[in-house]
Amino acid sequence: MKFIDEYQDTKLARGLAHRIAQRSTKTIRLMEFCGGHTHAILRYGIRQLVPKTVEMRSGPGCPVCVTASADLDKAIALAHLPDVIVTTFGDMIRVPGSYSSLQQAKAEGADVRVVYSTIDAVEIAKVNPGNSVIFIGIGFETTAPTIAASILKAQQDKIGNFYVLSLNKLTPPVMKALLDSGEVKLDGIVCPGHVSVIIGSHPYEFIPRDYGVACVISGFEPVDILLCIDKLVEQIEKGEPKVEIAYPRGVKPEGNKKARQLTEDVFEIGEANWRGIGVVSKSGLKIRGKYEQFDADKAFSVSLKPSKEPKGCRCGDVIRGAATPLECQLFRKVCTPESPVGPCMVSSEGACAAYYQYGTTENLLGL
Amino acid sequence: MAVPVRIVSVDGNEAETEIGGVRRRVSIAFTPEAKVGDYVLLHTGYAIGVVDEAEAEETLKLLEEIASLSEVH
Repeated sequence: MKFIDEYQDTKLARGLAHRIAQRSTKTIRLMEFCGGHTHAILRYGIRQLVPKTVEMRSGPGCPVCVTASADLDKAIALAHLPDVIVTTFGDMIRVPGSYSSLQQAKAEGADVRVVYSTIDAVEIAKVNPGNSVIFIGIGFETTAPTIAASILKAQQDKIGNFYVLSLNKLTPPVMKALLDSGEVKLDGIVCPGHVSVIIGSHPYEFIPRDYGVACVISGFEPVDILLCIDKLVEQIEKGEPKVEIAYPRGVKPEGNKKARQLTEDVFEIGEANWRGIGVVSKSGLKIRGKYEQFDADKAFSVSLKPSKEPKGCRCGDVIRGAATPLECQLFRKVCTPESPVGPCMVSSEGACAAYYQYGTTENLLGL
Repeated sequence: MAVPVRIVSVDGNEAETEIGGVRRRVSIAFTPEAKVGDYVLLHTGYAIGVVDEAEAEETLKLLEEIASLSEVH
């Protein structure tokens, strides 16, 4: 398929791997923020293609994984309200909250439906006027405009029974939070490709400037990721960190202004609760007052028990890049894709799921 | 995630797209500049960006050069 197959070419990958090996002298640590990158890196054996001087860590870029237990508990409680239909993206349904999951709620009689798009959620509201239809709005800057569009569509078509629980999160502020914590020392960041299609390259500029950390925006095929690593290694070796785009067929420096305008019309910036990280100011999107009739937080009230994390689960550490899935005692023994304990094993973008699916202990440790 | 799909026809804010024989109607509300024959990045029913073919060719040219250099050595 065009724009995919070319970037999976073995000869091109080998050429880049060769150049990275030639260039790399310093021992460095890179973090890929996006769960899509984590999966591609494991799936295509990128860790085996780069020299041992280059360590790769996964970051908080899996939308399902970073959703806090307390927010999941709220989604589950909303699903149990009478005449409510909860709609959500596929991965969310199996993620365990503190006491239950949306899947379990469904088994207990709640109406929980998986949708491919926010367009489908609005459609469900339209054909079920007697129900309140709540969309669980997870995701990053890539998904936010699609959620904004659903609210604008509901307003335009006068669909009064459509609501959004806004759990949307923002990438640069959480990068800042991780860098400020200093827990994991990083030399470079593989910046998310499809978040950057929307936000462009400018919002990362504070990272090389204030933290001296290299930033390169990457596509999702193996050759894209190797090109990104090549550019990161080059910047770090030269001691000249900056923001570069290694995915110019998808990302423009200015991003997609039209999509951002929609997001900014519907949402304002507020705090967000991240699993493993906690509440980070200015890292989330809240529905603006002028659209509050669509805000599930305003329209419904649920009482929640204090949230808790699954015992022994290290998803929080994995999300921060402070631990790899291999360092979790539950990994592969108790926690598997069939019987996941934490969200990083449930989601198709989760680091634990990627390690489980594609890794052996030997190749993951680089042996 | 987002995947590149080819626009087959445009109808206002929507477009019929195709990839690997699979057709799907998508919203092009965020990419009003998208036209028939363009590839767009499709994310949950929405085209979030138009693929820049000239940039793609440039990147491939650069990658070919890197690959040929590594063969020489």
